[in-house]
Amino acid sequence: MAARAAILAEAARLRGIFEAAGAVPVETPILQPAEVLLDLYGEDIRARAYVTSDTLRGEQMLRPDFTVPVVQMHMTDGAEPARYTYAGEVFRRQEEDARRANEYIQVGFEIFARAAPEQADAEVFALFCDILRPLGLRAATGDIGILMAAVAGLRTSAARKTALLRHIWRPRRFRALIDRYAGRTPVPEARASLLAAADPMAGAAPLMGLRGPDEIAARIKALHADAAAGPLSGTEVDLLDALLAVRETSDNALEHLRDIAVDLPAIVPAVDRLARRLDALAGRGLDVARLDFEASYGRTQMEYYDGFVFGFYAESRPDLPPVATGGRYDALTRQLGQGREIPAVGGVIRPGLVLDLGGAA
Amino acid sequence: MSLKLGVPSKGRLMDKTVEWFARHGIDLGRSGSEREYAGYVRGIEGVELVLLSAGEIPRELAAGRIHLGVTGTDLVREKLGQWEQQVEELAELGFGQADLVIAVPRCWVDVARLDDLDAVAAAFRARHGFRLRIATKYHRLVRDFLRENGVADYQLVDSQGATEGTIKNETAEAIADITSSGDTLRANHLKILEDGLILKSQATLYRARSAALDDAGRATLGALRARLGID
Repeated sequence: MAARAAILAEAARLRGIFEAAGAVPVETPILQPAEVLLDLYGEDIRARAYVTSDTLRGEQMLRPDFTVPVVQMHMTDGAEPARYTYAGEVFRRQEEDARRANEYIQVGFEIFARAAPEQADAEVFALFCDILRPLGLRAATGDIGILMAAVAGLRTSAARKTALLRHIWRPRRFRALIDRYAGRTPVPEARASLLAAADPMAGAAPLMGLRGPDEIAARIKALHADAAAGPLSGTEVDLLDALLAVRETSDNALEHLRDIAVDLPAIVPAVDRLARRLDALAGRGLDVARLDFEASYGRTQMEYYDGFVFGFYAESRPDLPPVATGGRYDALTRQLGQGREIPAVGGVIRPGLVLDLGGAA
Repeated sequence: MSLKLGVPSKGRLMDKTVEWFARHGIDLGRSGSEREYAGYVRGIEGVELVLLSAGEIPRELAAGRIHLGVTGTDLVREKLGQWEQQVEELAELGFGQADLVIAVPRCWVDVARLDDLDAVAAAFRARHGFRLRIATKYHRLVRDFLRENGVADYQLVDSQGATEGTIKNETAEAIADITSSGDTLRANHLKILEDGLILKSQATLYRARSAALDDAGRATLGALRARLGID
């Protein structure tokens, strides 16, 4: 592994490149209030981030990434449009694999801009391609926005769509919900008898706890509505499966998605965005006929990305994590913006891995 | 160099452990009074008894400060990351059986399975403005289990005892705790989710993989394994 001084020098070089591309260097505290990150990522973040505490400020987390503090900083006092760069340590618990670093340097580049989002996507990706080109990495790309559009366009109840969208990043639970809604898995016995009961609360145990009888009644009502909603059509499930299976070069993927869009018109705007992004990439000199696109890419790792997603991998070193990752996170700015929002896209590079792979310094 | 055997220092777990070794002709006991934490081992040469809290035995095994230890499967899996690389299970001792389960109020007639819990967690958060609280002391096991099963919008709140009471006291909405008969859960008007079994636990004899052993120690370990019928 490269020496720390060399990694810091490489980080400074990368940050210099981002500054030359118009980014303002920013710093964020290492200790972050845990509550914000927990609200965003849920309890799972505790398995990935170090938590510490004191009696005055409560729980704090050692910065697991820069995105959240940079978004917060921008939402508080950023001018528009804005480009930011940063370099510093992030900390990740590693309880499954002791060989993975629990502290490493990231260098990032983020664009906050309302106009021409596909141009911003292409700007970030093309810049990363330029920087990483000497390493001969494989670039993976995807677009979570297409799957989200497909779900939003299903001919089923709003409640089901909300449940599916909530689990976009949990493929197993998403699949279980699809199978349930499509009537492909039997209704569990307890659910069936609950729905058949004239008075479900009759003979039930004493009420206790904060979740009140009105909440229980509301859920039973929702379950009745769901049972009455009728199954998701097999055709739509097949279309979703076809969409999730798209995995080819970007130009072919676009054609394939256009075919799917004939039967699933709700994804047309999202596919148009992909087309504009590919044009923007081609305009920056990238060969989209050689760029991989995977419709399900980024579903298990990248929880806040909701549009374009990308990662750069060393194919000769499958033991290494991705050298760089990034994507679009419009919804994150909405969540952290307290009523305000701004489209945003960005990514990070790990200078330590760049050096391990024989990259420049 | 003697082989250090860590055994729970009090209660039923200690008594049952002593009985189990006695059945194999090995006599464990305290050297002095009931309150003294020094012990003796008779019936085999070269084994030293170390009396410890059951909760500390996983850590002592991982650190290699004891060679063998008796503790619950639940504690080893909760406290040791990649436990299989740190300890070896030598024998399940057939007592201290308990299930780590997720339980909710029995009045939640709309909740029978984990997917119900997940849906309720989403609605609860929207209604109350904070994530549904699950009281437990098994943070790692519960979190891994819920992630594996795609449950979101919950938070774990720490409860080191009387966990079944947290719901009535409104400091949690659900619990994840150890139960052997389910009596305490029933008495507190709780029910176990149908697919809410996280782990079946029992008292187990573990060997520390990293604890240093000299030739004499290795010979003692071999003799002990033979005596206990562990191949």
